[in-house]
Amino acid sequence: MANKILVFIEQRNGQIKRSSFEAVHLAAQMASKLSTGVEAIAIGNEIQNLEKTGGYGAVKVTHYKNQQLENYSASAYKDILAKHFIDNNFDILIISNTSLGKDLAPRIAVKIDAGIAMDCTSFSYENGNIIATRPVYAGKALIDVKITSNKKVFSLRPNVFAAGTPTDLQSEIEVKNVENPNLAEKVVDIKKSDSRLDVAEADIIVSGGRGLKGPENFKLVEELASLLGAATGASRAVVDAGWRPHSEQVGQTGKTVSPSLYIALGISGAIQHLAGMRSSKYIVAVNKDKDAPIFQIADYGIVGDVFEIVPALINELKKIKGQK
Amino acid sequence: MKIAVCVSHVPDTAAKIVIGADGKSIDPTGVQYIINPYDEFAIEEALKLKEKLGGETVVITLGGESSKETIRKSLAMGIDNAVLLKDDNFRDSFLVAAALASEIKNQNAELVFFGKQSVDYDNSIVGQMTAEILGYNCVTVVVNLKIEGNKILAEREIEGGKEVVETSLPAVITAQKGLNEPRYASLKGIMTAKKKVIEEKKPAAGSNKLEILAMKKPPAKQPGKIIGTDAGAVPELVKLLKEEAKVI
Repeated sequence: MANKILVFIEQRNGQIKRSSFEAVHLAAQMASKLSTGVEAIAIGNEIQNLEKTGGYGAVKVTHYKNQQLENYSASAYKDILAKHFIDNNFDILIISNTSLGKDLAPRIAVKIDAGIAMDCTSFSYENGNIIATRPVYAGKALIDVKITSNKKVFSLRPNVFAAGTPTDLQSEIEVKNVENPNLAEKVVDIKKSDSRLDVAEADIIVSGGRGLKGPENFKLVEELASLLGAATGASRAVVDAGWRPHSEQVGQTGKTVSPSLYIALGISGAIQHLAGMRSSKYIVAVNKDKDAPIFQIADYGIVGDVFEIVPALINELKKIKGQK
Repeated sequence: MKIAVCVSHVPDTAAKIVIGADGKSIDPTGVQYIINPYDEFAIEEALKLKEKLGGETVVITLGGESSKETIRKSLAMGIDNAVLLKDDNFRDSFLVAAALASEIKNQNAELVFFGKQSVDYDNSIVGQMTAEILGYNCVTVVVNLKIEGNKILAEREIEGGKEVVETSLPAVITAQKGLNEPRYASLKGIMTAKKKVIEEKKPAAGSNKLEILAMKKPPAKQPGKIIGTDAGAVPELVKLLKEEAKVI
């Protein structure tokens, strides 16, 4: 069978990441276009719900198991993944463009001598060729690319592809115990940040900019975010001013995001910021300046003072929550 | 210790992107080019380490004649030597990494810094690929770095936190904002940089594994609705988010 597809399943603390189900589902769609099948590979110690990948389209998952592989080790993961890919004659590797995926995918591409397209946001198929579309210049433009080598690696932007509704099918699981993994590169500790949610993974983001006037006023942003179960984001201006950590920065030198809902508070919308969030499904903007560029891409805008609008919005949302 | 820094020359992040006549790349007319912002953190870290451990620093760039501006900037910040792998043709990340790896080997550098991604093609892969070709260890998106003897302890940014990675030299490190505060070039540095020789080399040719078929602008967003100009608009906004957008 040509064009055999392998999907990398990413786990953290033994839980499969949602973006990996998106990857399996996309791989299943690709497989039906190319008349081929999908298998998956997972690396870790105990991993929950591996059989569920079957519901998204993987017929089999090979689980490489060792206690020392619970946390990421680039050296061990790349050795195991590349060997599995080559030994089982796979042609295509699909992996999520998470922080782990970004780190791992290019190393694999070198090891298996494959062309690689990163951060893909859509696919089309022409005469058996796969055309991948991916953003460049932080989303100011898109490119269509074709991998010309036989072996191919595609990484998928998380949150863009639907995972679909899973069926009841379960995948076959084969567990392989790993002896003496290569731990030349090894995660020895994980430091969790204070904020609960990362902008790169959130479905709703509430971001603040210079219009908030000072770091102390971000409690408004945080309160609104907490009501909505959202992550807090920030513009470059306020990160550079030291009001917020860089991990919250949205835009060209921060994170590119595509949540279902993006709420921009007191952000005028510099070109770098717009590039990083314009692919959000719905954008809400609150800004005093009616000519602020953010209103050109916002679905819903309120021209007004954030210190008046945001508390009103918080009250309104609390009212609704109370009704439930 | 010999430390190499790989930098790239990219359009300013404030630049408007216009698609060029070939339909596959940008129109460079009127676009200001700058050193890739993340590369400044890479340079700063290399300079700090050299000040602490001694040794020599070299900047390596693959690109056309205009990349010399970015090289001069690196030299002005304090990098000792410079190599330009001169090539005006499109190269995919694989071929860029192969050319850089070959020069790093030639330079005998055992520690190599990159920016975590270049802000043009946004791949964030050349550092890892270069490391893999060289057989070096690699830590990406690094915000804190400690090197003692042969041992490396690096913190890399991940979703919702940081991973502390332990590894050893030789290694490639890709720098994230937050790793340090890049210095400004001094006047003396700028004068010295002007006089320095940039060694030019022709990188080995090869065939790309990735072909760009087309570049296009993202679909235009419909101009939005201004719902109101004061807090009175809030109930309407909430209603739209619930009933029209169905996102809350």
